[in-house]
Amino acid sequence: MPATPRGLPHRGGALNPSAAALSERFGAAIQRAEATWGETTVVVAREAIHEVVQWLHDEPSERYDYLVDVTAVEYRDAMRPLEVVWHLRALGARRFLRLKVELPSRGPLVVPSVMDIYSGADWLERECFDMFGITFEGHPDLRRILLWESYKEGYPLRKNFPLRGRFSRAEQLKQALAQDPEARYSMNELSIAEAFDSLPDDMRRRLAEERARTGSEGGE
Amino acid sequence: MGVTPAPHRPSIAVDPKSQDGWVTSRLDFLVNWARAGSLWPMPFGTACCAIEFMSTAASRFDLARFGMERLSYSPRQADVLICAGRVPYKLAPVIRRIYQQMPQPKWVISMGACASTGGMFDNYAVVQGIDTIIPVDVYVPGCPPRPEALMYGILMLQQKVMRDRLRDSSLHTEIEPDPTSQLYIPPSRIDELSEPFGNSVNQTRSNP
Amino acid sequence: MTSVDTTARRTIEVALGTSGLDANGLPLRAPLVVQGQSAVALDALEALEGMSRHEPELDSDHMLINIGPQHPATHGVLRLVLELDGETVVRCIPHIGYLHCGFEKIGEYRQYNQIIPWTDREDYLNSPGNNVAFAMGCERLFGVEITPRCTVLRVIAMELARIISHVVWLGTTSVDIGAFTPFLWLYQERENVYNLLEGWVGARLTTSMTRVGGMAADIPDGWLDGLRAFIKGFSKTLEESVKMLETNAIWAGRTVGLGAMSAEEAVNAGLSGPMLRASGVAYDVRKDFPYMDYETYDFDVPVGTAGDVYDRFLVRVEEMRQSIRILEQAVRRLPDGPVNIDDPRLILPPKHKATSEMESMIHHFKLVMEGPRPPAGECYVAVESPKGEKGYYMVSDGSAKPVRWRIRPPSFVNLSAIPKMVEGHLLSDVIAINASIDIVMGEIDR
Repeated sequence: MPATPRGLPHRGGALNPSAAALSERFGAAIQRAEATWGETTVVVAREAIHEVVQWLHDEPSERYDYLVDVTAVEYRDAMRPLEVVWHLRALGARRFLRLKVELPSRGPLVVPSVMDIYSGADWLERECFDMFGITFEGHPDLRRILLWESYKEGYPLRKNFPLRGRFSRAEQLKQALAQDPEARYSMNELSIAEAFDSLPDDMRRRLAEERARTGSEGGE
Repeated sequence: MGVTPAPHRPSIAVDPKSQDGWVTSRLDFLVNWARAGSLWPMPFGTACCAIEFMSTAASRFDLARFGMERLSYSPRQADVLICAGRVPYKLAPVIRRIYQQMPQPKWVISMGACASTGGMFDNYAVVQGIDTIIPVDVYVPGCPPRPEALMYGILMLQQKVMRDRLRDSSLHTEIEPDPTSQLYIPPSRIDELSEPFGNSVNQTRSNP
Repeated sequence: MTSVDTTARRTIEVALGTSGLDANGLPLRAPLVVQGQSAVALDALEALEGMSRHEPELDSDHMLINIGPQHPATHGVLRLVLELDGETVVRCIPHIGYLHCGFEKIGEYRQYNQIIPWTDREDYLNSPGNNVAFAMGCERLFGVEITPRCTVLRVIAMELARIISHVVWLGTTSVDIGAFTPFLWLYQERENVYNLLEGWVGARLTTSMTRVGGMAADIPDGWLDGLRAFIKGFSKTLEESVKMLETNAIWAGRTVGLGAMSAEEAVNAGLSGPMLRASGVAYDVRKDFPYMDYETYDFDVPVGTAGDVYDRFLVRVEEMRQSIRILEQAVRRLPDGPVNIDDPRLILPPKHKATSEMESMIHHFKLVMEGPRPPAGECYVAVESPKGEKGYYMVSDGSAKPVRWRIRPPSFVNLSAIPKMVEGHLLSDVIAINASIDIVMGEIDR
């Protein structure tokens, strides 16, 4: 019977058994595992993360069937890398695991998408892209979700983004009012609507490239 | 001892130089009374203030006593746009479009701190007051304002409606926004209105 | 079938070769099926043997309509773009972000206690619940345990919040589907809870009732009597409202079989709360990853079977009944004692001392101006909000303001499943299905 956790140690507590299983299975790709306040965090190399998540999902002894969250953390200390965080739960075994991938904050922010494993990762990854500019490879429709498609000020949750935005209020208003509230921007919608001509140039170019890449049927 | 001033009662101001005759002033009163007594609101409810608006419309506080129980979600049939809740920049063109779709005479109640000034959201995402996008008649402060506060704002609006004159339609002429910028008021004024003040200037530091 | 001239597709008569009226001049009830250049009523077709039914081949003429972002039935500023084939939804593309207000960004610019009013405003129907969840996360970051009295008071706050959130859901869903009366009856109950909350912390909706290490205030005298009176009155109102809907043919007709998600789909999509439990998965954070001593309360978690709108309705109604049960137990077991922990790092000194003694004044000053500083670390706390699994992920670097404040919104993930749920249903069903997810845009967009 699970109970309300009490007396959790700050560091050095008992690790989730999956951490040991992961180290055994993946070896050097598992960079470190630590327990903070009763939660196990496993830092994984970027190249291995998709395999790790797939294994955690499929392996009968692990069965992490529930993706809680996909997010990112950027620290104030510029020396520390930007971390992309996955929170997983195994509902049957009542376990919680946090996976992290460290990305150098100046480098390319690219990680594999887990949407093929968990369909719930769709919007979570889109939001992470919107807020941090992290590209999730393999996500079929990675575009901004909380801010409008043509938002020019940048990625808000980065530490170099000021709280009140980069532009003056009047400029922000001008850009906001210049949006087309009836715009339809997903490949889904563009395949059935004629909104293509009303898009800004850079977006039309990007979508044309995508269309050329995925074939003329349009996205799905 | 001294003279105690008479309590101020809002009354219809009479301008002796005005050309209003007996008929027009009675007509004014009739039209304004009809309008004030049946202001059909268009609830542009976004966040928490919308919940308090719903409470105002429910049985305890009851908007029906003002003739406002007929909420009109179509702007074409509404008199008052009640903006209840915070308006982010993504929503700005939407509220602008809805305001423009309302036929004259129309009024706007900005309900809550976020609609009036941006409220506690002094950041990249939120419009610092819908009066930078649409003209506002009554501001109702509060976070969220109590239903009684909203009703007070509605009463103020009713007084404003009663002060309308058929001869003078200056309040109800549509102002076109500047076509290049889409703004009703000049950018410098918007920046001035949106400037943080008081302790707010210290709230944009992330480092402790 | 030869292609039909689109410019002429204005009236049923021209496009389908029939006036859409039956022999008596009344509108044809059965759906029309295109047969060559004319339309035949479907039930007339069934009467003929050996005829193959043609599905309308109108894929280039689907209608694209836009619901929102301002619309009474979208429970907030949600925009749904629907591709319709007649009245059947072929595709649904939701657009969110119309209430994005930068909560997570501003969390990095505020001390922990200053973030508590922000937690009120994201899921504004569950303000006390969010306050408790956030304070729980802070206390974990600080490594402190709250007092027993505070624990029970927080449970009371959370269950009251669950009740009023479900009440809003039931009221607004009834209005969406067409029944206006439960809205008024149930909103009167919300006013009773508002009276209680106002008596406790001074605010009706956005309560800010917790602080790190305790509560903003202890309950006043006589408050528990008010709570007992509410419990008694609410059960009666709830049963009245539910009786109007539960076995009502119109309600059942409009909700049964709609928007069903299977258990595997639901778990894979990350759904939580009544959406997940209605699909048959018995996952409740209170039972599986307990907090606030929920394992010591005697309550059941309703689990549905079909995962459709009707099941979600039943699950939420039953949850309200169970919340009443928890409230009764909490009221009985509320212990005496202090509400705040005795930790000078977190708790302000009493006001009379802060205004008279130097040390207390300095203590007050430092706590207000600098804020309490947790050790560097991170934690993820999840609570069972009325919408689902609400999580706060907080990362601290040892300073008074968090490095990252992540809100894991249940409605966000629940809403992402809507395209799957509405496919193949009618336009009016979209409204019902959307209502059944119980979304709060403040939480989705943050």
